[in-house]
Amino acid sequence: MMLFGSEINLQPVWLTLEVATYTMVILMLIGTPLAWKMAKMDSSTKVLLEALVALPLVLPPTVLGFYLLIVMNPNGPITEFLRLFGFEGQLTFSKTGLVIGSVFYSLPFAVQPLMHAFESIPSRLLDAAATLRANALDRFFTIVVPLSQRGFLVAATLTFAHTVGEFGVVLMVGGNIPGETRMVSIDIFDHVESLEYTQAHILSALMLMFSFLVLLLVYSLNRRFGVKVG
Amino acid sequence: MTALHLRGNLQLKRGQFELNTGAFDIPLVGITVLFGRSGSGKSSLLRAMSGLDQHTRGQLQMNQQIWQKGAKSLATSKRDIGFVFQDAALFPHMTVRQNLRYGVKRLPNQLVKGHFNETVDQVGVANLLDRSVETLSGGEKQRVAIARALLMQPKLLMMDEPLSALDWRAKAEILTLIESVVKVTQIPVLYITHAPAEVERLADRIIFMDQGRIDRIETLKQALSNPDSPLFDDQGVVSVLEGQLGSSENGLQRLQLGTQTLWISPLQTLPKQTVRIRVLARDVSLALSDPTDLSIVNHLEVTIAELIPQPDFRVLVRLNLPCGQFLFAEVTEHSAKRLKLCPGLRVFALIKSVVLAE
Repeated sequence: MMLFGSEINLQPVWLTLEVATYTMVILMLIGTPLAWKMAKMDSSTKVLLEALVALPLVLPPTVLGFYLLIVMNPNGPITEFLRLFGFEGQLTFSKTGLVIGSVFYSLPFAVQPLMHAFESIPSRLLDAAATLRANALDRFFTIVVPLSQRGFLVAATLTFAHTVGEFGVVLMVGGNIPGETRMVSIDIFDHVESLEYTQAHILSALMLMFSFLVLLLVYSLNRRFGVKVG
Repeated sequence: MTALHLRGNLQLKRGQFELNTGAFDIPLVGITVLFGRSGSGKSSLLRAMSGLDQHTRGQLQMNQQIWQKGAKSLATSKRDIGFVFQDAALFPHMTVRQNLRYGVKRLPNQLVKGHFNETVDQVGVANLLDRSVETLSGGEKQRVAIARALLMQPKLLMMDEPLSALDWRAKAEILTLIESVVKVTQIPVLYITHAPAEVERLADRIIFMDQGRIDRIETLKQALSNPDSPLFDDQGVVSVLEGQLGSSENGLQRLQLGTQTLWISPLQTLPKQTVRIRVLARDVSLALSDPTDLSIVNHLEVTIAELIPQPDFRVLVRLNLPCGQFLFAEVTEHSAKRLKLCPGLRVFALIKSVVLAE
């Protein structure tokens, strides 16, 4: 495709958006119950979980990627286990692996805002709902979810954006197979390596604008509704 | 119809605090007040009884229905109770109508759901239905909370200090509302407060809580006739008299106690006939004859029933009124001797001020 007078292969962009979408959806499904459990805990287990969840924030992505590579290797236990259910192919150097890696990498960006949102809901509202004959699941969907809307919005936006911006983990887990696992950040790296600065400029500018817009959205939500991030 | 009984023995441990009620049997008729200092376990007990705290242990049953047995507990949503929280606990993301409908929608089918409009009118929230919860005043919020609890058609209504967040005007309104609701619906109420005035105004029975235990359960009458009652810890001994409101004259309103008349500040706002008033024992003086040259308006002819010595050279005098009620007066030991007060003596009680039980 021609963009600003240069030939640009947009395949990595579409792949990035696809992986980011899957990651976001999966993280919303996993992160919500996890954040809810953590918000309700008041023991040392909570501290332990908080630290575990926050690990990807401080670990070099290559470390996380390295471990994932080991665990997901084609002869490893996870792959073997999945084979029992008819899984074919492999986890590493595939789109599935990319998504799994991204889920771990972006976990804190889903769990933290959700947990803060859940914690700020007064427990007496849930008590009140219980006295109005709502069971636990009912209370969650009719009281907790509507009152945590902004937490969900922030969590979804941040996990999506953070996945778009990852590099180390995807390089370790996914490698750099064109059309298969090459994401935008790696593509830019490649262009720079081969001194194709024009392409690198265009893709970088796109990423810059995208990231800025996302942060602008999050912080304006923050300002208007007092959503806590991080 | 047999009266409801709540029987059991509940334990609940939360951090430093330990609730251990001891065996109890509470007849649920009219308003039963849970009374005690803050930290005495009133709220914990109500949470344990309602099933809201999952750490509750022990036994609890409402007539034949078992609510708690060991660690097993019947879900709050299945206990047929209504609960009014201290600060109303309305759902902020819903309108008043949605708040009210929330519970109604979840009622089992066999319960008739037809009382929405009646309840809404009775509690006085009909004009608030489409308002957002956040625009309501404290009193309005508590009205909505009461309506929301009533719409559950509860067998038992639990109220956890429903007045504590309100100013005095709203307090008076909500108290009147609670009284009328109980009268009309005949739903028994468990009501938490630490304000003696609320107890004296509302209670039929009182559960005294102390350090996580149920100390004793008494009728209001029993509690008020005991000068050592915890009810009197703050303001000294109080007498509560029940009388019929009459006409007003010269800026004062008649309150009929049998054949005797008390004059009190007029009460325009109260539509009802029978009211309870509270009189502090230290606001009652005694005279051997009826003094006429005195600014105090209320003189009641009474008979001394007993003299109860108090600390600090004081004597508490229990006085019988002709209507069968009694009144406490507090005098000094010196005066008691000088006037030769003794049981059986007819004296005049001079009442400096009378306050409507709040």
